[in-house]
Amino acid sequence: MKADRTPLWLGIGLAVFLGGGWLIPAWAQSLAILALGKGLVVLGLLLLMRCGLVSFGQGLYYCLGAYAAVSISKIFNLPPSLLTSDAVVMPLAGGIVAGAVAFVLGFLLANYRSIFFAMLSLAFSMILYGLLIKMSVLGSSDGFNITYGTAAGIRLAPGAHLFALYAVSVAMVFAALLGAHRFLSSHTGRLGPAIRDNELRVEYMGASVRNVVHLNYVAAAVLSGVGGGLVALSIGHIDPDLAYWTTSGEFVFVAILSGTTNVAAPFLGSLIFEWIKSVAYQYTPYTWQLVLGVALLLVIMFLPAGLWSLFGRRGKGA
Amino acid sequence: MASLVSVLIDGIIYSSYLFIIALGLTLIYGVMKILNMAHGSLYALGAYVAATLIGAWFNAGLNPYGSLALLALSALLVGVIAGPIIERGLLRFMYGKDEIVLILVTYSIFLILEDVIKLIWGVESYTAFQPYGLLGNIDIGALPYTVYDALLVVVAVLVGVAVTFVLTRTRQGKLLVAVIHDREISAAMGINVGRVYFITFTIGTMLAALGGALIAPKVSVVPAMGVEVIVLAFAVVVIGGLGSLPGAALGALIVGLVRSAAVHYLPEVELFSIYLVMALVLIVRPKGLFSAAEARKI
Amino acid sequence: MNTRRKLVTVATASALALGLAAFAAPASAQEKEKPIRIGVVTFLSGAAAGPFGVPARNGAEVAAEALNGGKVPAPYTAAGLGGAPIELLFVDEAGGTTKQVNEFRNLVQRDNVDLVIGYISSGDCLAVAPVAEELKRLTVFFDCGTPRIFEDASYKYLFRTGATATMDNTAAALYVTEMKPALKKFAGINQNYAWGQDSWNDFEAAMKVLKPGVDMGTSQMPKLLAGQYGAEISALLTSGADVVHSSFWGGDAEALILQGAPRGLFKKSTIVMTAGEPTLVRLGTQVPEGTVIGARGPFNMFAPDNELNRWFRKAYEDRYAVVPSYPAYKMVQAILGVKAAWEKAQAANGGKRPSQDQVIAAFENLSFEGPGGKVDMALGKGHQAVQGTAYGITKNVGGKVTVVNVKRYPASRVTPPDGVKSEEWIKSGFKTAK
Repeated sequence: MKADRTPLWLGIGLAVFLGGGWLIPAWAQSLAILALGKGLVVLGLLLLMRCGLVSFGQGLYYCLGAYAAVSISKIFNLPPSLLTSDAVVMPLAGGIVAGAVAFVLGFLLANYRSIFFAMLSLAFSMILYGLLIKMSVLGSSDGFNITYGTAAGIRLAPGAHLFALYAVSVAMVFAALLGAHRFLSSHTGRLGPAIRDNELRVEYMGASVRNVVHLNYVAAAVLSGVGGGLVALSIGHIDPDLAYWTTSGEFVFVAILSGTTNVAAPFLGSLIFEWIKSVAYQYTPYTWQLVLGVALLLVIMFLPAGLWSLFGRRGKGA
Repeated sequence: MASLVSVLIDGIIYSSYLFIIALGLTLIYGVMKILNMAHGSLYALGAYVAATLIGAWFNAGLNPYGSLALLALSALLVGVIAGPIIERGLLRFMYGKDEIVLILVTYSIFLILEDVIKLIWGVESYTAFQPYGLLGNIDIGALPYTVYDALLVVVAVLVGVAVTFVLTRTRQGKLLVAVIHDREISAAMGINVGRVYFITFTIGTMLAALGGALIAPKVSVVPAMGVEVIVLAFAVVVIGGLGSLPGAALGALIVGLVRSAAVHYLPEVELFSIYLVMALVLIVRPKGLFSAAEARKI
Repeated sequence: MNTRRKLVTVATASALALGLAAFAAPASAQEKEKPIRIGVVTFLSGAAAGPFGVPARNGAEVAAEALNGGKVPAPYTAAGLGGAPIELLFVDEAGGTTKQVNEFRNLVQRDNVDLVIGYISSGDCLAVAPVAEELKRLTVFFDCGTPRIFEDASYKYLFRTGATATMDNTAAALYVTEMKPALKKFAGINQNYAWGQDSWNDFEAAMKVLKPGVDMGTSQMPKLLAGQYGAEISALLTSGADVVHSSFWGGDAEALILQGAPRGLFKKSTIVMTAGEPTLVRLGTQVPEGTVIGARGPFNMFAPDNELNRWFRKAYEDRYAVVPSYPAYKMVQAILGVKAAWEKAQAANGGKRPSQDQVIAAFENLSFEGPGGKVDMALGKGHQAVQGTAYGITKNVGGKVTVVNVKRYPASRVTPPDGVKSEEWIKSGFKTAK
């Protein structure tokens, strides 16, 4: 068996991204942070899709990740602390809260499959949306602004904020990639496609399908929470739209666009999607939805395994 | 305090409108196993066409009562034109693919249709209010309601009865039910599944457009009116059980009544009442209320 | 040919897709000055485009074209801004706050606009405000209504030339209590998001102060863009309210009228539509008589009969065959405010093109004239405009809809003083002294 070169590639990639980040202009850094953060959510979707599940409610965890830290401090009137204004702690806190909620909801959701899983996850994300709209202490539909001043406790120099967030995003993404790669090569990770093919056989062979699904669900939620936190810091503003079903739908869109072949695919897909949206907005401000729809159709028709199949010779989905 | 009668009436009126839309959606899913995300856009298309036709009709100064027939005509037009174009032109090539991929195909159709509607009709709102007040009011339980709303309920019931009749009494209908039940065996038995798909999608489109056309005189037809409707229709269909007609009716009734009760007694909950109901139903009956027993392949 | 002109043509070429008349590129014979690029952000798609975004965009085009041709009445007779022609770059405000923050960065960092005017949605305003400060680019909000912008923070680069929604709802309460002294019960139907919630909260608080002991019947909060209000209308009819408050706009407002009027809602109660003026423009005589209408300021039928107003109405109607509604007025007000500040700074700079900091200094605490009358940048440390407002009742005269019983409210009666939050101010009984 060939030695696993992926960690090596990931390490090189990390260096390239960090180094290259210095050279690209500010608006490109912002775009990159957006693509990386959203890519994390799509990575979570990839994990679920490998088990044969599509979640139309990742917006729930994306939104929780963005809101968690700051909401706790606003509701309990705590002073801005490490929790809320730190570029490293805030997304991680978001991820933990998202994971905790997913752990609870997972007991219910792990029993559902296909359309019903999708619709139930959608229902929960819309319930969060409704709750947030009602809470005027959190600004209702207008949301509120968030800022960050430190990264892992280190005070940031003015002007260094953007690059610091970029570096943090890159670091978190590569850590997630390494983790995902390890997970998917592990015993539990390999059960995903098996579950998608035939659950009964997996049960028969002694593994617990519910536990594997539950685990994947929580992992996807943590990734979405961290992604939500990063995007929130980058934009500087959060509102309940993060939990609306069209946001979740967009993630599914990107997931199919990217394909499930490789763990790096979601980030490529996310970047290309953000870029297409930006270009469509700029050149066809009146028909950007049409452009997006046609682009998606073309990908589905000609690249059924997603964009990544442009790279690999192994075109089949994992 | 609101009387129970008003809650019931308001609920039934809302349910009727939901039912017509959900019926098309559940039919398409039942037969083709596609959750049609473009359903909302077809609804919007029906509304826009109806608004345009009614506007032209009244500008030409023709008999006002004739405008009601225009509503059915709009639905027919949209169904007969848009349905085949989408099904033959696009969906037909996608049938082998995964269920989720098909949903995304319909999602891209939704995106495209939204902009097509905008290109044809622009961003201004259209009103075709004349038919709504045309038939006057009736008083039910101390509150005035329009006869048009009563008509809406009647149409919903008629449509439900008609579709049920077609499915259970006519030959074509029974073929459709066979395909819903098991596509492979039906094909093996010599049923032209492709043609069944075509007919189903066209009928589904017509029903969506009918929902839109019927609503057009009540509302201002705006861009993005389809987006709001999609999730509502999905919720109704999932609650009732995918592919089940009585399920769609019951689901619509439940959603309509819950919403009406929320509005009258507890307006703060109205926003997420439908999602709560959907979550509760799915928890109790994981596949919806009227789900058929499914064979599991080992 | 000038590449910047190509950029504007590309942006407006997309407008042709909707069959709009081609925008003639501003012809400026003496082009000694570098053009001033203004990013204009407003809704070009979605539900808010028809009632707000497109009139605002149209207003901007009319203003830019007239200014560049030197056709605007005094004191704005100089061409463009101080002689330099204006170039507009339109961006669609649709797509959510994340998208808008990104687009703002693109406008400033990629497209290098000199300033940005725009934003109708309060959510977008709140999100963009800190970014404008971060990127140090002059930004003018022209329409969004949330008082939070300058009540929660101070800004150097940000200005708002439109008054907040507090004014709309306070004035509405004043109007109905003056109009119906025997008022016993009120109710409301508002869209369930920040705009609707804040509007209702302000109105309810104001009513409780103006008429202690008044009853609140029901507060309906349907989802934004719900479209169908059968049950809500039944609930309002059952409540027996004398006055019903609504901040509905666009398709929802039209649907409320279309569904409520046949059922007698507008006869049983007096409906107050705080942002109802664009609906009046659209629906005309279909709006039932006796409806109280606001235009979020002295705009359209409430505008003073001055030269600026006469010029603007004619120019807009000639081009678009319809009367300009309040978003168009507010956009022109913003552009003229920028022009006034720019030219004041230029004069103080010895006639040379002013720097951004000089324009900002001139803009602070400025008073200027618009088609709606005088505007004072008197709040938010000189960055937030105050303006009076007016309300009236619809009446059909000779087949056309008009407003009668117009009452005007000066800014001092309907706006909290600097440093006081809107909510506190209303609850304290509108205390103006501090």
